[in-house]
Amino acid sequence: MRFAKRTARGAGGSLFSGKGSKAPPMNPVVRTVLQRLGLGLITLFIVTIIIFSAIAMLPGDFAKAMLGQSATPETVAAFQREIGIDRPPVERYFAWVGQIMQGDFGSSFASRTGYRRTVAEIIAPRLYNTMFLAVMTALIAVPLALGLGILAALYRNSWFDRVVNTVTLTTISFPEFFVAYMLAYLIISRDTFIGTEFAQSLPEWLAASINWVLNLVPKFPTLANISDQTPFWEHVWRAALPSITLTLVIVAHMMRMTRAAIINMLASPYIDMARLKGMSPMAIVLRHALPNAWAPIVTVIAFNLAYLIVGVVVVEVVFVYPGIGQLMVDAVKSRDVPVVQACALIFAATYILLNLTADIISIATNPRLLHPR
Amino acid sequence: MSESEYKLRLAQNLIGRGKVSRRDFIHLGLAAGLTVASADMLFVSVARAEPQRGGFAKLGMAHGATTDSIDPAGYPDTFTQTAFSGAMSNSLTEVDAKGSIQPDLAESFETTDDATTWVFKLRKGATFHNGKTVTADDVVASMQYHMGADTKSAAKSLLESVTNIKADGPETIVFTLKSGNADFPYIMSDYHLVVMPARDGKADWESGVRTGAFVLENFQPGVSAKLKRNPNYFKNGKPYFDEVEFIAITDLAARMAALSTGEVDYIGRADLKTLGMLKRKPNIEILEVTGYGHYTLPMNVTVAPFDNPDVRMALKWAIDREEIAQKIFLGHATVGNDNPIAPAIKFAINPQPQHKFDPEKARFHLKKAGMENLKVDLSVADAAFAGAVDAAALIRETAAQCGIDVNVVREAEDAYWDNVWLKKPWCASYWSGRATADWMFTQAYSADSSWNETFWKNPRFNELLTQARAETDEAKRSAMYAEMQQLTHDDGGAIVLVFNNFVSAKSKKLAHGELAPNWENDGLKMAERWWVANA
Amino acid sequence: MTSTEHVVAVPRQRRTRASRVKTALKKAPFSAWFGIVVILGYVFVALLAPWIAPYGETQVFTEAFAPWSQEFIVGTDQLGRDVLTRLIYGARNTIGIAFATTLLSFAVGVTLGLLAAMYRGWLDQILSRAVDVLMSIPSLIFALMLLSIFGSSVTSLILIIALLDSTRVFRLARAVGLNVAVMEYVEAAQLRGEGPRWILTKEILPNVLPPLIAEFGLRFCFVFLTIAALSFLGVGIQPPTADWGSMVRENATLITYGDITPLLPAGAIALLTVSVNFVVDWFLHATSGLRDEK
Repeated sequence: MRFAKRTARGAGGSLFSGKGSKAPPMNPVVRTVLQRLGLGLITLFIVTIIIFSAIAMLPGDFAKAMLGQSATPETVAAFQREIGIDRPPVERYFAWVGQIMQGDFGSSFASRTGYRRTVAEIIAPRLYNTMFLAVMTALIAVPLALGLGILAALYRNSWFDRVVNTVTLTTISFPEFFVAYMLAYLIISRDTFIGTEFAQSLPEWLAASINWVLNLVPKFPTLANISDQTPFWEHVWRAALPSITLTLVIVAHMMRMTRAAIINMLASPYIDMARLKGMSPMAIVLRHALPNAWAPIVTVIAFNLAYLIVGVVVVEVVFVYPGIGQLMVDAVKSRDVPVVQACALIFAATYILLNLTADIISIATNPRLLHPR
Repeated sequence: MSESEYKLRLAQNLIGRGKVSRRDFIHLGLAAGLTVASADMLFVSVARAEPQRGGFAKLGMAHGATTDSIDPAGYPDTFTQTAFSGAMSNSLTEVDAKGSIQPDLAESFETTDDATTWVFKLRKGATFHNGKTVTADDVVASMQYHMGADTKSAAKSLLESVTNIKADGPETIVFTLKSGNADFPYIMSDYHLVVMPARDGKADWESGVRTGAFVLENFQPGVSAKLKRNPNYFKNGKPYFDEVEFIAITDLAARMAALSTGEVDYIGRADLKTLGMLKRKPNIEILEVTGYGHYTLPMNVTVAPFDNPDVRMALKWAIDREEIAQKIFLGHATVGNDNPIAPAIKFAINPQPQHKFDPEKARFHLKKAGMENLKVDLSVADAAFAGAVDAAALIRETAAQCGIDVNVVREAEDAYWDNVWLKKPWCASYWSGRATADWMFTQAYSADSSWNETFWKNPRFNELLTQARAETDEAKRSAMYAEMQQLTHDDGGAIVLVFNNFVSAKSKKLAHGELAPNWENDGLKMAERWWVANA
Repeated sequence: MTSTEHVVAVPRQRRTRASRVKTALKKAPFSAWFGIVVILGYVFVALLAPWIAPYGETQVFTEAFAPWSQEFIVGTDQLGRDVLTRLIYGARNTIGIAFATTLLSFAVGVTLGLLAAMYRGWLDQILSRAVDVLMSIPSLIFALMLLSIFGSSVTSLILIIALLDSTRVFRLARAVGLNVAVMEYVEAAQLRGEGPRWILTKEILPNVLPPLIAEFGLRFCFVFLTIAALSFLGVGIQPPTADWGSMVRENATLITYGDITPLLPAGAIALLTVSVNFVVDWFLHATSGLRDEK
């Protein structure tokens, strides 16, 4: 995939320009944006159909999921009538589409007469939390990955390069939930390590120094349950462990791409030219290699940012962080169709927009694509 | 008793009310001939034992979902039950630590001779959170919320036997039942049947205005619920906490970690595997209560081969309940004996012989049934109860030793109660248990119950059930229930594996009295009954 | 890709495949060797599981959570099953399923991707847009839904993850395919009047192989971790089948008390993925034109 985007863009460009070359020349950025936004809307539409049919195919419905063991045919029927799932699915789908067209995400099935819970008000705090975690993680992970990647490229094949490579490869190889549990364990060990059998089997000085190191770790909360009343800095503090976990998971991918892309650039003739001019290696990397290597790097960053919003449900579960991933899993479990649909729309839109942004940056940083023949 | 000893005794009484400081108490102790350390210890233990006001409790619940609401038609699990029923609301009655029924919002209740009419009198001066006095009309509207054709309440079947409810003046409610039920006050303690204010004759649950010890302050479904003390609560001195926060922590490992790091003061449903290690922590206590809840494997007695009593008997002897109790529940369970009435319930007996793993007997019954090569399907999923799949794996091994081929069919967890339970001839099921023998039998074993999971229609059993319900003579009633339990044991289609214990854990910061056995979390009422330990 | 150009541009240097592999292996760094040895070890264990394992996969012994001993080398699990046996069978199940899934997703993804690259036009458009749609649905949650619909059997697990994963393979295959499809030798083959099947298997496929093989390794790791995550969320490989993901999940709480038994399956997952990554890393390095040791 790492090659995919770059070349796809190159070839994709020719695909469309072949037909468009007779039309008055349009700024390629604008053209791409318009084209992709149009396709994006169609994609969103199809996504909603797929998700809707998938839920319709799931066994049981909201009423049965809610009542569980205590469901009787009469209560289930009454429930279905109230939330309107006794109507045929096609009718319900189009009613839903009609609402969306008016900008209304509808109400959750958890609403009752006189107690409306709109999808928007359910999703808003969760979306905020997810965004918060994503931004916080990105602020740590992206500079870290770029920095490490540049350094690794600069000192390639040195011990530094190898250590960074091995460590990042290792962190990416662990299942996420395992990284999360290990971090939680680290925090708990701060207080309990000395008491464990393992510590007692070690020589005393070793146990004591391990304990000392453990106590250097700040006592991050293992429970990231935050509410809309949580003050900003406490939110940051509580989201620390999830954020570190996610950083460990995503840094490797971005760092390795940065390194590879820069090294790739360093092999080109114009870099040799710069070298002959006597520029320092760092200056070469920052001034010549990096600006031309942005496209693949940005693609990978976009992919990882999308992951931070779309794919963190496991980390949310482990740290009890009320994000949107868990909301969607919950909603699928209880067959709360309007909430599932809205979540799916948000996820799909995020993915489409981030990819679009990456493509725009790729085009903008690539003169050949920006000014086609 | 010397004067100083007498003073010390007096002082002990005062500690509980927070009227004696630690320092003063130690002085008194020294005068009475105690050492400083022992006086201090005495102070701490007395201070802990006596409830005192103040403080804040964070309670980690094992459940919680975004679809949760304060609507009492729902309350699917311990989060909503403990927070919205136990802490925020009251029913007419409650079950105490001894398992007996006590008035809660009601002041008293009485019945006519045949137990078909029940009269409840409301407590004087009980008010809702908004200051309105609780009246009989509120109670009537609250009960009707769970009745009728249009209700979506999970408690509908509880009130099916009620033919009429009416208010007799502002403080008296009269229930008329289809047939006599001596245990009706127990039904009124159910966590769905909370009293809500009536608005235009309809129960208003949306506002969250109830009668309970705590007032809802902030609720984020699936995340947390924060409640603060109701200053006008009708029970003297209660509640003790100023504020409680219920936090949904569904991940087991996260829950254990949260208690270990002091993020919460209490967790429901502790991890049995690591209980031994948690116990070693100095500031943590494990709580264990044998409840009424039990895990069953109901056989549909109308379907072959389960229609043959000898096949049922063979299977009852082919299961190692002891091993299941030890391995699946790690000893935190009481072995069942194909009798769904928990030992702690009034009128419970232990029918003889005790069913245990006995290949000889199993083979004997198989032979009698003429099915020496029995092959049966057992449909399970962990949605029935956590560990159901593992239990089935163990059953497969023991049954094989009796010559029975048990084919374990793993069903989907989603919609298990919908697609498997009451549909597949042999499956796994769970009953959280009922406070009385009658209640349990009526719901799960009577011929006409929609939850009769074994489809067992024993004429003698059903005859006894109706008779016993209305019988007010204790001795006669006891004999009837004994016979019914023996019948279920010998002929019924349910294999009762174990009664589960409620295992939870708390930090020593919290203190409590004797724990109620009827539900988890101190009968769901921990917020009202517990307090912050001094020192 | 640079790699293909490199190989193609200097045809005279071509040696036999075997000898090239040999020289490449000789130059391989330690990490690659380590990775190869570990992977071979896993394959060995997975294939011979019934003969290596001391006990049966679901055999239950009396003592649950038995400590490490002669009889049970790394103890027993919560039901009294030998953990070593479960680990060995876990290798067979987990690796087998992940491998089958990756293979299937490549079969689908590469075929469609190369077809799209060759024919372009409406076929390419339809496939690419379909892939866009599938990729914009969060795959873990989508897999969760699909598994609830079709049941968590091994077959549906393989089919569903393979389908979702083939989207990414498709993208890569199409992209590298596009690069090769415009090469002179492909045009030459077309002019010679070779059929599309011949062109696809004889001209395009060999030249897009290196990046695809590298991707296969990465995809394999990814599938592996996805299955572990699904097991973690309770819909992966179902008990009593032994798999490493649920072995970690079932005993995760033990980790907080310093019991390292649950670390073993997690370690097994990590060791394998690290090894695959090492090998892929070296492979990419060896086949790509990145000659950075100037």
